[in-house]
Amino acid sequence: MNQNWIYSETVKDHFFNPRNFLKEDEVSFRANGIGEVGSPACGDVMKMWIKIDRKKDQIVDLKWKTFGCASAIGSTSMLSEMILENGGMKIEDALKITPADILKRLGGLPKNKIHCSVLGDKVLQAAIDDYFRKSKQVGRIVGGIKPKIICECLGVSERELDLALAAGDQTFEDFQRRTKAGSGCGKCVEKIQKMIAKKLK
Amino acid sequence: MNPEPIYLDHAATTPLAPEVLKAMLPFLQEEFGNAGSIHSKGQSAKNAIEKARRDVAEILWCEPEEIIFTSGGTESNNLALHGVLETLSPRPVLRNNGKRRSKNTHLIISEIEHPAILHAAENLKRNGIELTKISANKNGIISVEDVGKAIQPNTKLISLMLANNEIGTIQPIREIGKMIQKINQESKTKNQELFFHTDAVQAGGILNLDTRHLKVDLLSLSAHKFYGSKGTGILFVKKGVRLSPQILGGGQEHGLRAGTENVAGIVGCAKALKLAENSRKKEFTKLEKLRDYFVEKILAEIPRVRLNGDSKNRLPGNTNFSFFGIEGESILLRLDFEGIAASSGSACASGSLEPSHVLAALKIPHKWLHGSVRFTLGKSTTRENLDFTIRKLKKIVSDLRTLSPLE
Repeated sequence: MNQNWIYSETVKDHFFNPRNFLKEDEVSFRANGIGEVGSPACGDVMKMWIKIDRKKDQIVDLKWKTFGCASAIGSTSMLSEMILENGGMKIEDALKITPADILKRLGGLPKNKIHCSVLGDKVLQAAIDDYFRKSKQVGRIVGGIKPKIICECLGVSERELDLALAAGDQTFEDFQRRTKAGSGCGKCVEKIQKMIAKKLK
Repeated sequence: MNPEPIYLDHAATTPLAPEVLKAMLPFLQEEFGNAGSIHSKGQSAKNAIEKARRDVAEILWCEPEEIIFTSGGTESNNLALHGVLETLSPRPVLRNNGKRRSKNTHLIISEIEHPAILHAAENLKRNGIELTKISANKNGIISVEDVGKAIQPNTKLISLMLANNEIGTIQPIREIGKMIQKINQESKTKNQELFFHTDAVQAGGILNLDTRHLKVDLLSLSAHKFYGSKGTGILFVKKGVRLSPQILGGGQEHGLRAGTENVAGIVGCAKALKLAENSRKKEFTKLEKLRDYFVEKILAEIPRVRLNGDSKNRLPGNTNFSFFGIEGESILLRLDFEGIAASSGSACASGSLEPSHVLAALKIPHKWLHGSVRFTLGKSTTRENLDFTIRKLKKIVSDLRTLSPLE
């Protein structure tokens, strides 16, 4: 290739050689937690299948599928590698992965692609929540700890807003570029603008 | 990877033709004079510009004084819209049909215009101009009837593209021009009341640019779309159309576009347009054949793919496909890796949050919309290039689909 590539070498590597994606059919993988986030309308959909060893409370295998751009595919692939390296992550450690961690491992993403790494972190939480639900550990569902959703269409949480503000976002537009919040029906825009003003005060 | 890169993005820009570069070079070197200077170096530049103006006028079937050189298509479009509408101060319009009275000047465009028109029009709207955006049909064609229905007594300007930049559809500009001409002829006022602009940037060097045939009052072109250099454009402004200049200064271009002339760019622009015009019909036929071959083969060999835009009524070099369940940027980057340059209307590829407004206007379902890829053929395109592209594309589409959760 050449020097004129818009992503880091790591993103490129994961995009061209994606790790751990679901090749076989869903049923034969026998996942005990499945999560899906995003929508075809906004151009990204991620689905994740995880196998958790209940005794060890550890993710022992994981598969994914992603509809999206190179950074969305690269982010999911990198996330899968982060979880499975060293024999698989404990659930509590996996839940600590933030978009910033994925970004760091990817060697960064262009500014307008940051939201792709956010989706990766979300699909993992959705899959773990699904496992908690199926294994009757309702008390551990992350949705319970996670702050409330502030943009319904795109499933953007208040936690993400806090992360975005911590990362230097100043305006609603900054936040929207990062997360796409408010680009669905738009009903939440005013509410989020007020939240930003309040939080930055 | 293919040893020779394959460039299938001619709607984005074209390479400078060697003959054009040769014509431009003297004006970047020894003939560096300012066309506004009285000495011979200056006069040499001035003569070159005026010759270029005559050459362009000949192709557009107009007078040289009706040609303004600009910095490109975007400036030409902005000058046309702002320039025409600024000369017309809003005034009350008395209506005799009992319908709503409107004070503001009215502008009509279509929803599939280039951003240079869309954003200029929206800016005018913020400044009090009444704006109507006409829809295209599902094939990306604007109907003459819809334009007719949108015209109001306070309509001053209609701006519609000759050919679309994304899906290549060719609009019935001549028919709309005829209709507008008739309205103007039937109007009892002494001065022309309704003006017609066409953004012909994508059609330059490919379609007939005879302004009398098209029946337009203003027409925009950009040199780098027909193998000229970037940074030079043309705005044809028919005699009698009052235009308010948007760039003020030393009075160049008949006082309508100030700034020291880009002599080399202008000379190259005229040369490029002339070259394109000389082989226009031959090139059209050649591209059309290649395009139809490419479209037919892709539709036959790749599952779940659709052609966006009318299959026949489109620029001869334009193809735009949607591949189900996969995303355009991913396809582009994989193609780029194989040495193939194309373009996409997907949100991710555009760098904005929104997918292409043109494809959205065609009401393409979301699972298809984001998987759009535009391949635009040009002078250097060969059948071998296309065969290679199809071979690679088949593999890329199939690989990306195995990664996609959409069914």
